[in-house]
Amino acid sequence: MKNQNNCILLDHGSGGLASQELISSLFLQYLQNPLLHQLEDAAVLAEQHGRLAFSTDSYVVDPVVFPGGNIGELAVNGTINDLAMRGAQPLCLSLGVILEEGLPLELLEEIIMAIARAADYAGVPIVTGDTKVVPVGKADKIFINTSGIGVVEEGVDISTSQACAGDVILLSGTLADHGMTILTSREGLRIGGRVESDTRPLHFVTRAIISRFGAAIHTMRDPTRGGLGTSLSEIARATNLCIEIEEDNIPMKSEVRAACELMGLDPLYLANEGKCLVIVGPDKAEEILTTMRSVQEAGESAIIGKISNKHPGRVVLTTLSGGNRLVEPLSGDPLPRIC
Amino acid sequence: MKYVDEYRSRKMVDVLRKELHEITHTPVRIMEVCGTHTMSIFRHGIRNMLPRQVELVSGPGCPVCVTPAGVIDAFIDLSRLPDVMITTFGDMIRVPGRQGSLADARAAGAEVEIVYSPMDGLALARKNPNKLVVFLSVGFETTTPTIAATILAAKNIGLANFAVFPANKIMPPPLRVLLQDPALQLDGLLCPGHVSIMTGAAMYNFLVQDYGLACAVAGFEPTDILQAVIALVKQVQSGRQCVENCYGRVVSEQGNRRAQELAATVFEPVDAHWRGLGEISLSGLALRREFAGFDVTRRLDITVTDAPEPPGCRCGEILKGICQPADCPLFGTRCVPASPVGPCMVSSEGTCAAWHRYGGLTDTDTFNPE
Amino acid sequence: MCLAIPMQVIKLKGGSDTLLDPQIAIVETDGIQKEIRLDLVDREPVIGDYLIIHAGFAITCLDKRDAEENLSLMREMAAGMEDIPEGGSS
Repeated sequence: MKNQNNCILLDHGSGGLASQELISSLFLQYLQNPLLHQLEDAAVLAEQHGRLAFSTDSYVVDPVVFPGGNIGELAVNGTINDLAMRGAQPLCLSLGVILEEGLPLELLEEIIMAIARAADYAGVPIVTGDTKVVPVGKADKIFINTSGIGVVEEGVDISTSQACAGDVILLSGTLADHGMTILTSREGLRIGGRVESDTRPLHFVTRAIISRFGAAIHTMRDPTRGGLGTSLSEIARATNLCIEIEEDNIPMKSEVRAACELMGLDPLYLANEGKCLVIVGPDKAEEILTTMRSVQEAGESAIIGKISNKHPGRVVLTTLSGGNRLVEPLSGDPLPRIC
Repeated sequence: MKYVDEYRSRKMVDVLRKELHEITHTPVRIMEVCGTHTMSIFRHGIRNMLPRQVELVSGPGCPVCVTPAGVIDAFIDLSRLPDVMITTFGDMIRVPGRQGSLADARAAGAEVEIVYSPMDGLALARKNPNKLVVFLSVGFETTTPTIAATILAAKNIGLANFAVFPANKIMPPPLRVLLQDPALQLDGLLCPGHVSIMTGAAMYNFLVQDYGLACAVAGFEPTDILQAVIALVKQVQSGRQCVENCYGRVVSEQGNRRAQELAATVFEPVDAHWRGLGEISLSGLALRREFAGFDVTRRLDITVTDAPEPPGCRCGEILKGICQPADCPLFGTRCVPASPVGPCMVSSEGTCAAWHRYGGLTDTDTFNPE
Repeated sequence: MCLAIPMQVIKLKGGSDTLLDPQIAIVETDGIQKEIRLDLVDREPVIGDYLIIHAGFAITCLDKRDAEENLSLMREMAAGMEDIPEGGSS
């Protein structure tokens, strides 16, 4: 597989010997499971009981390696989380990779190792995959698609439409970590200090609360792109209910908050890659909070607000200083401002 | 954050809010002239903490919003030239000219980098010696000295491939224009705190002497803004107008002399066009002749053409505080942050954008805690 | 129109040559650091000073005494207010 520059060549995507070598020496070396190793055209899964959840997502990020992770972890955790938000237990993932000619093999190896690590930790194997190579400039280093299948147990019905007035809103940890990490990785926007992505799987958290509290869990969402503000706005609009949140109660790392102040950014609109919003019936809220906090991925969970009929379709934030304002969905990429 | 969080304390805000409600007994119309104030007022929900008699209107204090469409067009034309790299504050990226924005130009292949400091533009110039790196120089008195210092640094190290597109402006001339407009009945001005760091609080004395306006220099945290509003209400009600410095921890009477000198070394006043306000005498800044080599408009012989305001847009009146965003027929319908028509919607700190984002769409009374 | 925040000087470096190696400061707040230029400040900061940061430059030093005076005035008002029963306003 080695070549002069130790990088991906168009040959690696030809389907011939170079392709096979790339797959066996890199992908299969790290992604070890019997289904993938059969190298058949499709993985045949064991029989399942229950309804199936099916989700797909594509991952493009610049830079591909960032503090706290790389595109590999993002691609595994992201699809696991999409499944988890519907109350499904993820079963397996597919992995499609588009590589840009010239991508250093060392970087690809780092990304595949991250994929393997994330899949192992989550206990969700990658059972089928595909690799393509495109000429220089036709892609940006590496694009990844993952699709996932999960099983939804009997009686579990989690969706936006389940949210109702009186419900309590929980957030599984600190806000805006991933978005701020990517932004401050750009040249000219770098800062010193510990700001790192929160990429992590959320199905351990969702399993813990669903198994104990079942029907009390009404809605779950992972506020990725668009941030918490956009996710809450979508829920408020879809249900025509009012969401009331308290700025005081939203967990944030002090570094991320300070960076937001420095660059004039609103943390409500920055991306998260390992946080979920959980909307639950009021009676069990405290117990659900305790359970969430007992799971490593959600140790900093907090109750951030409630649902009411006050201003239908709106999100109202009570600010740190006790004022009120509306939260609108994000329009356009959040950009640092100076003026 | 030290010296930030203290000024957001709910307890202190409560105290000031109560005081303001207690002392206010006549209608007081206040303009906040600074876009960062507009943002802060919305972000912290201050508008609905105020007594009904206190009205806040937003003035022309967003440097991006007041940059004419013709200048934006020139920025975009420049970005399309080969071997030119544009560096800019993020605020400028989505501002529409007649043929799209810098974001559109970037999508079509132009090199446009967002930077935090003009010095980052200079660093990019050093890294890319084969490109002409141009910093889009917008800003008021606070920002202009940072750009002047950057140009001086470029001169000191003999950096030939760095230039700026000068479009800086100064505050006093448009304030005069506003106050001479009989349609705008103002009692007080919330003076921009960070401009005042540079200029000093004394800069506003002419507003008291010539127009009898109450003035308070204000910081940007909720207690700063409320303290300044209290000061303005007291001045108006007592008839004793003056310039009160409510941001004494950073603002002095005479301002930052060193920054003023640096800015004056590099820039000189020229007539300038303001979006919504038109041509205002000696309200803009151009590079002095000694620095012509750093002026991309002279280097590449760029001329800026006049561009008409978009039809139906009421930004001119909004910038003057004569009407509110909700009075404009385009607001929230054809003109939204994702596809702005007028200048007040383009920058995140523009009056319309702030209203749209932070709740100007509904009646603020809805949330009044009273 | 001008976003600026206070950050504390934790380190000063450079300064061997006013033209080619001007003095710069590392400033910090809540665990984030930024390298900033001192070209515009009208007095040389020392470690521990709070500078107001705008666009990568310090634009002035914060006057701690004035800040503390203002804060203690507000705290006194807040303490005084607590003695009065709630709900009496406007």
